[in-house]
Amino acid sequence: MKNNDILQKIKNKFPDLSLEETPHGLVIPKTALLDVAGFLKIEMDFENCHCVTAVDRRDKLELIYLLYSTSHHFMLTLKTFVTLDDLTVETLSGLWRSADWLEREVYDLFGIKFQNHPDLRRIMNPDDWTDFPLRKNFTRADFIPRPQSTGLKGPNS
Amino acid sequence: MGELLTVNMGPQHPSTHGVLYLELKMDGEIVVDCKPHLGYLHRSIEKIAENRTYTQFIPFTDRLDYLASMNNNLGYCLAVEKLLNIAVPDRAQYLRVIIAELNRAVSHLVAIGTFAQDLGAYATPLFYAFRDREKIVDLFDSICGGRLTYNYMRIGGVSADIPARTEQIIKDFIAYERKQLIEYNELLTYNVIFLARSKNIGILSKEVARSYSVTGPMLRASGIKWDIRKEEPYSMYDKFDFDVPVGANGDSWDRFKVRLDEISQSLRIVEQAIGGIPEGNPVSKVNRVFRGTGEAYVRTENPRGELGFYLVAEGGFNPTRCKIRSPSFSNLGALSELVKGLNISDAVCVLGSMDIVMGEIDR
Repeated sequence: MKNNDILQKIKNKFPDLSLEETPHGLVIPKTALLDVAGFLKIEMDFENCHCVTAVDRRDKLELIYLLYSTSHHFMLTLKTFVTLDDLTVETLSGLWRSADWLEREVYDLFGIKFQNHPDLRRIMNPDDWTDFPLRKNFTRADFIPRPQSTGLKGPNS
Repeated sequence: MGELLTVNMGPQHPSTHGVLYLELKMDGEIVVDCKPHLGYLHRSIEKIAENRTYTQFIPFTDRLDYLASMNNNLGYCLAVEKLLNIAVPDRAQYLRVIIAELNRAVSHLVAIGTFAQDLGAYATPLFYAFRDREKIVDLFDSICGGRLTYNYMRIGGVSADIPARTEQIIKDFIAYERKQLIEYNELLTYNVIFLARSKNIGILSKEVARSYSVTGPMLRASGIKWDIRKEEPYSMYDKFDFDVPVGANGDSWDRFKVRLDEISQSLRIVEQAIGGIPEGNPVSKVNRVFRGTGEAYVRTENPRGELGFYLVAEGGFNPTRCKIRSPSFSNLGALSELVKGLNISDAVCVLGSMDIVMGEIDR
């Protein structure tokens, strides 16, 4: 089973969906996330939500789900983009219980709000915090970023 | 049901293995609800990664699962090597496997010792385990100069070759440890009190384990034969012959037994590898500072489960994002499910059998 086969099956199931296949995973619009994930879990045997994480791409946040299927021996990277003016996305904790804590972690560090999540609280940082520390523009009076090592020159630079 | 009593277990509690805080709702002696609170050891390691070069981040991986620093080093180095397509000398590959397996064996020893301690076998099993661990810690000290945080592996190799007598020391340790394992088996495994405390306590079914993305010995104890070293071999693991022990019930005793069996399998791998170390220079020839682009996800089999590093690079000297998928984090998610309806003393047993390390949960 390859990315292509899965792509084809999702296309057959959701004909009007705008899918994009990149070398680093499958990108879907965030409105279709719950439907596609449900399809992957129930009909495609992706029974394991291995990891949920996000990357700050500065103008938008990239949300990454790593789904694993034991029967296909395949790890699918499912991606979706969340814009900064609308940080909501549907939770997948109803499908995989592991997504519960992993989504709380993403909320804590990036501020993506998972709708219909059973218990969306901060998981590591104090509850009264308002910052999201893994955003690139994170700054606090007591946070001193390390000087960037741009002065160093490697051979492949 | 009478009035529920809230018991705060931790963050300073000997059987929470670090700084975990469990908010337990009790009906008499029975746990009705359990809410874990994390974050007491949060050091923002993922943010630190974004401000360090790739090589500078290796010592921070030591501080994740501090009982298995070598395995963390290995996972991180493999992720960077995959991101940048760096080749590793054969000798370094062998040394990595040997050292990672020795670290797995001693990490499981600590798990077994502390688990027995949690069940009331005061001090003796723990001291036995630490006595054996001491031999390997001394060996690692002679290899890399560290006793807990090793910082031994490098991107594209290791930091130094092993000293001359290492092979003999490892051979002696394997022979010694095999004898000791028989003793631990006699001391603990079928001990009546130990069985009464751990058998049929905290049964984790296959479906629940999959749903919570539980990995490592905890998953194998539930009867699922799943080991990344077998399923998707990394480094040199496809060259060695070893079994994957599985449990039958998924209870606390199975989790203990799987770990005990895994120690002897680790020794088997080390024994095969130690005879075939190729000649050459294992020291990394990769420059300390380099740029990268792309994304890579690598997961390795740590003593506690699947440790994953998701690296995103956008061309700078530092990674843009370094997500650490830690096994204990996902394993601990299943705790509230397991302890519901148990006595509070059995909740301690379940937590001990899960063998969590707070360093990699809070990161």
